Amino acid sequence: MGNFYKDNDDIRFLFQHLDLAQLAGLCEEGYRFAEEFDYAPSDGDEAVQNYEMVLDAMGELSADFIAPRAESVDREGNTLNEDGTVTRAKGIAEALEKLAQAEVMGFTLPYRFGGLNFPNLLYSMATEIISRADASLMNIFGLQGIAETINAFACEEIKQEYLPPFAEGKVTGAMVLTEPDAGSDLQAVKLRAFEDEKGNWFLHGVKRFITNGCGDVLLVLSRSEPDRSGGLGLSLFVCEPGPTVHIRRLEDKLGIHGSPTCEIFFDNTPCKLIGERRRGLAPYVATLMNGARIGIAAQSMGIAEAAYRIARDYAASRKQFGMAIERLPAVRDMLIDMKIAVETGRALLYETSRVVDLAVAYNKRLEENPPEDKAELKSLKDDARSYKRCAGMLTPMAKYLCSEMCNQVAYDAIQVLGGSGYMRDYASERHARDARITTIYEGTSQLQIVAAVRGVCSGTAEKYLEDLVAKEYAPQVKDLLDKLAEGLGQLKAAVEFVKDKGNDYMDLYGRALTDVAIALINGYLMCDQASTKVQMDVAVAPGISSTDGQTVPMKQRKTLLARRYVEKNAPTIKALTELICQGDRSTFSDYEALVGPVQEQ
Amino acid sequence: MAYDCVVLAKQVPDTHRITGKVMNDDGTVNRSALPAIFNPEDLNALELALSIKDRFGGRVTVVTMGLPGATRILRESLYRGADEAILVTDIRCAASDTLATSYILSCAVKKLDYDIVLCGRQAIDGDTAQVGPQLAEKLGITQITYVEALEDLQDNTIQVRRSIGNGWQSVRTGLPVLLTVTGEANTPRVAAARHLMKYKKARTPGEVAEEIKVMNPDAVEAEIKELCESRCEALRARGLLIEQWNLDRLEADLTWCGRSGSPTKVHRIQSVVLAAKESKEVPPTDDGLAEMIHELIEDKIIA
Repeated sequence: MGNFYKDNDDIRFLFQHLDLAQLAGLCEEGYRFAEEFDYAPSDGDEAVQNYEMVLDAMGELSADFIAPRAESVDREGNTLNEDGTVTRAKGIAEALEKLAQAEVMGFTLPYRFGGLNFPNLLYSMATEIISRADASLMNIFGLQGIAETINAFACEEIKQEYLPPFAEGKVTGAMVLTEPDAGSDLQAVKLRAFEDEKGNWFLHGVKRFITNGCGDVLLVLSRSEPDRSGGLGLSLFVCEPGPTVHIRRLEDKLGIHGSPTCEIFFDNTPCKLIGERRRGLAPYVATLMNGARIGIAAQSMGIAEAAYRIARDYAASRKQFGMAIERLPAVRDMLIDMKIAVETGRALLYETSRVVDLAVAYNKRLEENPPEDKAELKSLKDDARSYKRCAGMLTPMAKYLCSEMCNQVAYDAIQVLGGSGYMRDYASERHARDARITTIYEGTSQLQIVAAVRGVCSGTAEKYLEDLVAKEYAPQVKDLLDKLAEGLGQLKAAVEFVKDKGNDYMDLYGRALTDVAIALINGYLMCDQASTKVQMDVAVAPGISSTDGQTVPMKQRKTLLARRYVEKNAPTIKALTELICQGDRSTFSDYEALVGPVQEQ
Repeated sequence: MAYDCVVLAKQVPDTHRITGKVMNDDGTVNRSALPAIFNPEDLNALELALSIKDRFGGRVTVVTMGLPGATRILRESLYRGADEAILVTDIRCAASDTLATSYILSCAVKKLDYDIVLCGRQAIDGDTAQVGPQLAEKLGITQITYVEALEDLQDNTIQVRRSIGNGWQSVRTGLPVLLTVTGEANTPRVAAARHLMKYKKARTPGEVAEEIKVMNPDAVEAEIKELCESRCEALRARGLLIEQWNLDRLEADLTWCGRSGSPTKVHRIQSVVLAAKESKEVPPTDDGLAEMIHELIEDKIIA
């Protein structure tokens, strides 16, 4: 009997370290739902107790039911039948049934639709736990943003029709956005939506690379204004599979084999408009994709955790030169770096999810229940705007960092296992294949950077970092804070340098700027964890290093981690900011000469 | 057509986590050294009942006999989707063997409406597999043991597949029926989130009394009784009161309960300690392997 929540010290630590009761208070709107719904909590303690019980149940399901099926899911994949239906891998179908029974398919939906009304932070934790068991299952479990989008933007009638079956786990959905000529650039979407004389809407055209396109509820981005190019001609529609929806092809992919990737032809499919016309891309799909990005970051965390654990076990049991290979400097260095990458990735993801929860809650209050007092209203507006900006910067940062990180960790895990890791006998090769998509879908790393670097250079990062600097830290990280302050100065100088060089220069050094900003944010987050009030002892490996005894206080462990992270990053921050300030534009001027011509066939 | 199911469950020491300290010197089990869990095959019985409810409707009631601590598995049943849970607890149940236990449980089940009674095949502490069959006899209903799949259920007829060790039988009978369910029958569902959130507060009257005593250490008995009654009433109104029945409530014949109702006498307990005495090297050749196989067959270790 395993449990992917209980066996994860870091998640359990963060569960206590982060102020979940504060988030619960916001989500529960003063615990007013307890009167109407017998399962809604009546205070913060009870809400946090609920969160933990549900994570515990999901941890058990993930370890005992989902994980043992992951290998056969990977081998089996999905099948496109002759009649156009799709048969899922057996393990995925079984897992979906268990998830429905566990009542976790409406994680963040309101109580009135049968949801749990949990914060996004909890959803990220749950998504990570599921993805550790089977990354490809996340592509269905993690699509709850579809229901969220309906909840946020559709009319009451559509909500009543679709949301309860989502929460019951009776239906799954798909975000039907990408087309052959509209990938990263969704403004180019061509699929046509047209209205008949009675005002009924229909869809016509082809969509490609649609995750779970064989699902029951399809959210389709389409061009409702034929004379209008660009994003403002697009609207969002909801439709269901039927005789006019043809799955033409299932992609044969590198990884996430449990997730069906469909090409769909809509042949005059009846559909309903979500919200208002011409708002399809912004704000509806933009909001949907922001949620999905956090989902992919959580999926990445799950893959990284799973990959790390195999490598860690193998390094202890594999003997070469008469000793466990973890005794070799190169291997132990790799393992520590993998573990730190996992924990810093998680720190940023959970922080991002927390800020998103605050942004959602403040904006909801502003819309539904604004204070009458003018000063109070202004302060609420300022807070809401500030959280929204922060969420807008942190979301692409978390997606970028976690997805790149899981690829590195999965790569290194195979390296630790050596030849064995390359074989299919171990799950490491599956983790590496599953990881590969995470830096691509829901916006490539390059596009996450385009979004993130605007936050870094617009003052959002500066303000957010100021808030982090102003927090209270324990005395033992004082010298680390000094180092971080130095890095902060270097970042400011780099941002200043970039400012008058134009957007193309900023984008050219976007990755460097974003990397520096993330290293600083994570530095402060790790110092914050090292200053925790949580009393928790965690087990240490038996070994030859400084730790004696069998456990260490988490606070002490996190201090070691923060120290190594901040100190190792300081020279990198310095180098990257120097690079940015060199003003090198050779990418623009020398491209043609350096890459050479396209080979003629 | 909806079917009412009654599931009999037992809290057992987790014998899969045996360590050196779990046997007392007299050869009995030191229950405090092992975590108490939901008997695994009883979870399969519950799962089968819940899947019948999912498909056909009806109610699932879980009954356990045990110490007040066994309420934990009743809450777990509610988390998974049971509609009602009943704790049968009474100091006079102590020392019941399988015969007395099945008698007491039959008194409880007779108080309930049922079409199908489900038990786990056996409990992992005693491994007798007797209580289910004895209970069917006492209820005077048909029993089907070793059930590994429900094949058909319509009107008043049920068809199941039962394991017969080296194969299976498909059998059909009328309702009511008692099934004993094996671990192969299904994979039990996990707790459902909304049920967890709701039923974590479910309590038996005994637990309510304990909590009230802790919170009001100076209260006299009459006050405690009054507080208990109002608290239980409040819980009942919210569907959070777990029924607690004693032998009086069951109208059980006390001579059939506890030690006096238990003909089983433990004659002797032998504590068997297995230890390796010698080792033997088998050469990794065809001949070596053939010789080893032959030896294992001779020793009746493999057939």
